[in-house]
Amino acid sequence: MDAILLQILNGLDKGGAYALIALGLTIIFGTLGVVNFAHGALFMLGAFCAVSVKALLSLNKITIDPTKTTAWGTPMEVRQPYVEAWFGDFGKTLLDYSVPLSILIAIPIMLLIGIIMERGLIRFFYRRPHAEQILVTFGLAIVLQEIVKSIFGANPIPQPAPDTVNGMIDFGAMIGIEAGNVVYPAWRLIYFLFSLFIVAAMFAFLQFTTFGMVVRAGMADRETVGLLGIDIDRRFTVVFGLAAIVAGLAGAMYTPILSPDYHMGMDFLVLSFVVVVVGGMGSLGGAVLAGFLLGILQSFAAMNEVKNVLPGIDQIVIYLIAVVILLVRPRGLMGRKGVMEH
Amino acid sequence: MKIFGLKRKDLLLFVVFSAVVLTSRYLFAPFGAGYPDLLQKFAIYGIFALGFNILFGLTGYLSFGHAAFLGVGSYTAVWTFKLLSMNPVPAIILATLAGGVFAAAIGFVSLRRSGIYFSILTLAFAQMCYNLAYSVLTPITNGETGLQLAQSDPRVLDVAFGRDYGAVLPPSDLFGIVMTGYSGFYFCAVVLIVCFYIVIRLFRSPIGLMLRAVKSNQNRLDYTGVNSRPYTLAAFVISGMFAGLAGGLLAVTDPLAGAERMQWTASGEVVLMTILGGSGTLLGPVIGAGAIKYFENIFSAFNEGILNSAFSFLPETLQHIVVSVSSLFVGEGWHLTLGALFMLIVIFLPGGLMEGFRRLRNLAVRLFGPGGGGSEPKPETT
Amino acid sequence: MSILSVKNVNKSFGGLRALNEVNLEIEAGTVHAIIGPNGAGKSTLLNCFVGRLDPDTGTVDFDGKSLLGITPHEINQAGVSRVFQTPEIFGDLTLHENVMIPAFARRDGSFALNAWRRVKPRGPIGDKAIQMLEDVGLGEKANDVAGQLSRGDKRRLELAMCLIQDPKLLLLDEPTAGMARADTNNTIDLMKRIAERGVTMVVIEHDMHVVFSLADRISVLAQGTVIAEDEPEKIKGNPKVQDAYLGGAHL
Repeated sequence: MDAILLQILNGLDKGGAYALIALGLTIIFGTLGVVNFAHGALFMLGAFCAVSVKALLSLNKITIDPTKTTAWGTPMEVRQPYVEAWFGDFGKTLLDYSVPLSILIAIPIMLLIGIIMERGLIRFFYRRPHAEQILVTFGLAIVLQEIVKSIFGANPIPQPAPDTVNGMIDFGAMIGIEAGNVVYPAWRLIYFLFSLFIVAAMFAFLQFTTFGMVVRAGMADRETVGLLGIDIDRRFTVVFGLAAIVAGLAGAMYTPILSPDYHMGMDFLVLSFVVVVVGGMGSLGGAVLAGFLLGILQSFAAMNEVKNVLPGIDQIVIYLIAVVILLVRPRGLMGRKGVMEH
Repeated sequence: MKIFGLKRKDLLLFVVFSAVVLTSRYLFAPFGAGYPDLLQKFAIYGIFALGFNILFGLTGYLSFGHAAFLGVGSYTAVWTFKLLSMNPVPAIILATLAGGVFAAAIGFVSLRRSGIYFSILTLAFAQMCYNLAYSVLTPITNGETGLQLAQSDPRVLDVAFGRDYGAVLPPSDLFGIVMTGYSGFYFCAVVLIVCFYIVIRLFRSPIGLMLRAVKSNQNRLDYTGVNSRPYTLAAFVISGMFAGLAGGLLAVTDPLAGAERMQWTASGEVVLMTILGGSGTLLGPVIGAGAIKYFENIFSAFNEGILNSAFSFLPETLQHIVVSVSSLFVGEGWHLTLGALFMLIVIFLPGGLMEGFRRLRNLAVRLFGPGGGGSEPKPETT
Repeated sequence: MSILSVKNVNKSFGGLRALNEVNLEIEAGTVHAIIGPNGAGKSTLLNCFVGRLDPDTGTVDFDGKSLLGITPHEINQAGVSRVFQTPEIFGDLTLHENVMIPAFARRDGSFALNAWRRVKPRGPIGDKAIQMLEDVGLGEKANDVAGQLSRGDKRRLELAMCLIQDPKLLLLDEPTAGMARADTNNTIDLMKRIAERGVTMVVIEHDMHVVFSLADRISVLAQGTVIAEDEPEKIKGNPKVQDAYLGGAHL
């Protein structure tokens, strides 16, 4: 029982990442009709926003402290981040919380990136076949990935979570199980809650605002919405920007869990598409649900007990499920009936 | 007039193509492309792209999984080397068959859907195969290290025919002709020429016509009484066999098989080759494969030193800027160039180089041709 | 001799009754038009004939065989050809190739792995295709790319593609939709010639001029029910029909 609970928890953070990426993918596919293979790259860019923020905050001011000496007898260089030097303890806190802080920076940056992408490239591909959309966004993903690689290098860059939440929490104790049996890294739990929050915010936006209503109408029937004289173009840009923000935030907050490197986008992309398909292309609820389910499933498949019976199952379980679902129920868990069925 | 079943125009194309391939060692030498390793790659990836084009260019189905068949071909060939003989012929025969069998299995499942669903299915299968090869089926594939030859390999057929390689790791040899260097290339070249012939026949056959109909309007084809499934499966299997063959040849010229060949991003490379050259055309894929491999070679060999000397005619600050910018695109940054090239082709010239040539030729005809200002020449699938 | 027999067909979408106890008998060798105001269920009915929709109840029998629950290519092999509201042709191929493909498609639907033969423009099939193109008036355009044709020409090509298979039944879903007067008249002429060949035709139409030029019998569908079925002259004067069409038809 404890082991099961632990595995469920284990899958929640990764599931949250999948859900957020799949959410953006579904919005873009459902509203704009575009298959965006560069979405994983957006996730990666968000992660590197966090990297940049931390790097900026860590810019060290080097002072020579004559009172201390190194082993060789020369005055020692003291490195102190500028923020600390300027803001003292507050500066220390800033640096410590650089990951959550990066959310503030990531939002405008990802919005800008999303707008540029949409205006500069995507909008020319609305009417072009899906294959060409896939190819051009795939090319873009490679370009973005390589640019990041040349700036930040090829190695993963660890991003620690803020100190207060860097440890484990005893989840079991919180819900009445014997202490010490179900402990879990605090940040990963926070990430899960964060992803739920974003999903909820997105749903609320779509449900309760006029803009959201137009988006939902566009997802249901794009042509009619255009015929109604609504300036769909401008809204598409905003929609794309929103999806980019969601992906970027997902990436930024994920950095303490998985040290970002330049190809994390591609790694998450394939699985995210699988999630979208399993959930039902065009269904937001399906994408989110499938994201969490598959994340949990993958973590179960990685359990030692399971691996002993079916070695390597964790690597392929998600793909197997996708294949089965695509064959048995092509509209996915929650897709609209008749979409893509023939 | 028909020779070997080819129309005159196709026969001419075939003869010229064969001639270029067989003399490429000398033709490409001035471009620094005449050495065996590169020529082998031209031929091998040309075969891969030719096959892929049948599924993508002709039938209109975009598969992200063909690198899996390439990998399967490589592994099969190396196992043939280990178990049967170092002779490349059984190796490539078995590699081709293996590619076909895998393609039949994966295609049977994937083709139940079309469009983006099909593509994602192939993507899923490809990643599954890659993961299986990398970490699960390691007894067969030797995982990360890759499958290699060993002195202790049984090589049953070789032993039966009295060939003993002694204490050396042998290269593959065709009845005594070693498969490295130029002789290795000529082996691949002959295979390429045979494959090209097969593809021409396929294009001009009723199956080719049906496949083009599938791409053009599958709905109408269904209502014309044609069950498109067997045709698409045939296209899938044929392209899988070509991929397996290419993988086998990779192992013939370099007896090592690794899992990274099967990643879905490797499939992306063959897509790019086909598109760059011109999908749906006969020559396009081969030209695309050649171009990509050539530039991969050239670009990744560049470094700052070469760039500096190339741009030395510029004033110093300008040279510095130009070199810094262009150094992003060469050497390690070759992939950046690849991605950018991908995008440019899809955006501006989706018909690839063949379309570019055709447009140039139409322009020339229009400017200089008889009467000038004639109408668009008829479409052709060259 | 009834060739298409539709009995007790009902179809509902959620709460909406699209087809209500529809009965229809199509005589072989006749042109039978199905008309009705918008939303009457005409397209729904047609989709039941061609394997796109399964009715909730009822039977659709063609030449003794049921058309329900079979795939599009099986329907074609049974002898039923259809044209679509927007002409569906192979836009990337030449007109000649467009007509050769149905000629290649065998009636038994068997898959021929003839990868080795060449498609000869001047063989038995190629010649038959050229002949058909000339019959419909598209002979000079045989080597043009089909996607460049006007809508009227595309419709003619589509009809040629159907005819070359000698269909027993031809289903036409608003064949003159979106056409100008000249094109419409040309299409009517072509359809008349097809009818003279003895092909049974079921035509769904809005344009009354087309209907009255061609039809031997007319069925009128309104709100999912057949409210009248008779010869064209009698339909004209039928008060129920006039009611249903309030303000809709040009008689």
